[in-house]
Amino acid sequence: MPATPLIAYAHVGKSFDNGRVVAVDDVSLDVAEGEFLAVVGGSGSGKTTLLRLANRLIEADRGQIAVEGEDVSRLDPILLRRRIGYVFQNGGLFPHLSVAGNIGITPRLLGWPQAEIAARVDELLALVRLDHAQHRDRLPHELSGGQRQRVGVARALAAKPRIVLMDEPFGALDPLTRDALGDDYRTLHRELGLTTVMITHDMTEALLLADRVAVMRGGRLLALGTAAELAANSDAYVGELLRTPRRQAERLGALLPRDGTA
Amino acid sequence: MSDPRWSEALAHLPDYLGNHVRVSVAALALGLLISLPLAIIARNRPVLRGALLGLASIVQTVPGLALLALFYPLLLALTAVTTAWLGFSFSAFGFLPAVLALALYSMLPVLRNTITGLSGVDPAVLEAAEGVGMTPRQSLTMVELPLALPVMMAGIRTAAVWVIGTATLSTPIGQTSLGNYIFAGLQTQNWVFVLFGCFAAAVLALVVDQMLALIENGLRNRSRIRAALGGLGIAALIAATLVPALARPQARYVVGAKTFTEQYVLSALMAQRLQAAGLPTTTRAGLGSNVIFDALAAGDIDVYVDYSGTLWANQFHHSDIRPRAELLSELKTTLAMQDITLFGELGFENAYALVMPKKRANELGIHSIADLASHAATMSIAGDYEFFSRPEWAGIQKAYGLTFRAQRTMQPDFMYAAVASGEVDVIAGYTSDGLIAKYDLVTLADDRHAIPPYDAIVLLSPKRHDDEALKAALRPVLGKIGIAAMREANLRASGNDASSSPDAVARWLWEKVGPR
Repeated sequence: MPATPLIAYAHVGKSFDNGRVVAVDDVSLDVAEGEFLAVVGGSGSGKTTLLRLANRLIEADRGQIAVEGEDVSRLDPILLRRRIGYVFQNGGLFPHLSVAGNIGITPRLLGWPQAEIAARVDELLALVRLDHAQHRDRLPHELSGGQRQRVGVARALAAKPRIVLMDEPFGALDPLTRDALGDDYRTLHRELGLTTVMITHDMTEALLLADRVAVMRGGRLLALGTAAELAANSDAYVGELLRTPRRQAERLGALLPRDGTA
Repeated sequence: MSDPRWSEALAHLPDYLGNHVRVSVAALALGLLISLPLAIIARNRPVLRGALLGLASIVQTVPGLALLALFYPLLLALTAVTTAWLGFSFSAFGFLPAVLALALYSMLPVLRNTITGLSGVDPAVLEAAEGVGMTPRQSLTMVELPLALPVMMAGIRTAAVWVIGTATLSTPIGQTSLGNYIFAGLQTQNWVFVLFGCFAAAVLALVVDQMLALIENGLRNRSRIRAALGGLGIAALIAATLVPALARPQARYVVGAKTFTEQYVLSALMAQRLQAAGLPTTTRAGLGSNVIFDALAAGDIDVYVDYSGTLWANQFHHSDIRPRAELLSELKTTLAMQDITLFGELGFENAYALVMPKKRANELGIHSIADLASHAATMSIAGDYEFFSRPEWAGIQKAYGLTFRAQRTMQPDFMYAAVASGEVDVIAGYTSDGLIAKYDLVTLADDRHAIPPYDAIVLLSPKRHDDEALKAALRPVLGKIGIAAMREANLRASGNDASSSPDAVARWLWEKVGPR
């Protein structure tokens, strides 16, 4: 494990409705440079809130969050967001902007020259495996779900961030597309040396893509570790979350003996 | 098209249309300038949003004509304040009140649609805008406004059509518009004018609506050409209406007229006399009778014809009734205090009179208003829009103890036909009206002198106090127009044919009464 955490949560808390709903409760968590962390939990577990605290889409009530060693509460939230990539559920693309317009948005906000943005858009389309001649000028509603999410990933990467936050990025896709996109992203993560935090409710996806998995429940960080470390965890809820991928693996192993487990 | 009224209508078109476009565009621009920022500020503030929409809805329920009429006294009061405190004044007449009232009128659709459009933007998209690092302002201009644009433009187009339609009602407060055709046409039964005015207003509304649609289409499809074409079209429309206004020699004299036939004829007659004397003149016809006196006092118009009794009772709030000559001289003194010149009498009286069919009056033995008293309880009476709120009516009721079964207000030109056909039993008509003879009606005698004298008098604005050219041009008319001539002129003007336009009748009248 590399020594410097790129994102560091220290005793972070956040509640809504004047304290009636506690979304994140005293969470401490370090994400190392180059790490791919998945945060797993049911709805209402606080995982989305935890993610958004990092780029100040939501402000923390308690504790401290540091990004690249700097306390985020002392940074301009607008500038902070521009240097962190963010992939939204269902893409979150701007319906009135073309694929190129969507991808180039953060560089445009940062004031890059027009030609540089255009070159970067083509580079990113290639990176997420979309043919640039064919897709560049299309509007989001003309794309398939998988293509939209590829554009969403390209947009997050446009301004060359070191950190990418992903909010259930592949949740709404069909299994095949989802698998291909997950693998492609994992490759990008490695090749570009990114630090990624991905939210998902799917433990199988988390185990397959991430280096470490954090399990959230009721706003608390219940467990954190590699697949092997989680398997050794004695918590009942963690065990329950692991049961599905285990059973799937066993059944698939039995059904597909030559290919081994998926 | 051989009818000369069409060519006469067409001759007015550059003036009427130009003014109509200018006042509509100014009102719409002002409305947008106020509504758009308000809607943007209010979109995330539910209380303010509710208050604004409520207020705009209330404004919308005020009838257009009333809203326009309200702005005149409001501005008049305001200009009095600025004159006293800040040392400058502005014209409360015509353009300004029309623009303000119409701008207010345009606000509801723009506010409502802008707020609806902005709040209809998908929250996920707003989140994405924030997430990619947009400032609130960038989110507004780069995401929210473009996405809300179709709904906003629909509101703007509705507002444009409303404003262009309602602008026809700005005629009575002194703003020339396509409404001049409609008001004049209704008063003089010139249906060619009425149709022409309606048609022109409708075409203008459609054209502007389509140009706005073109702009919207261009913005939506990011087609600069289409957006520019639409913008260019509207700019061209405005420019086209400005050119004739600039090219036309500035008229120095403005003749005013109220909203009835006789006034149209007399203003046309005075304008013709001034033109003949080489004085460039325009007319502002169709002014409300509460507006016209103030407009003269403020110098917005130079000359018009009023009636002694009207000024006595309505303008100066006297309730006593004086003999004719005494009232006139008293009036002259009162007017002089406001620096208004009572230039002279035309020679006839246009008094209110209770009128009924001659045959029926004879059957019932009614010859005077006193005779009417015993029958009134079973009868209905009709009067013009102002009669029943005028002091004369209170005076008549008090002097003769009259109580009618029902009272109705009517367009003056229709009430004579109504009484002739028996739809109503009595009307409050005008002694100089030509229709009295036409329908074989009789005016009932006012033995108790409850109705004040109504001599037609020519009034001059303060700045024309010493204008000898003007006085010389109008002097030949004074004292020459007798009741018979005026009745016949009014009858001709209420006809529905080519020779019944106010201009034509004014020429006929001059032929008849002018020096040989």
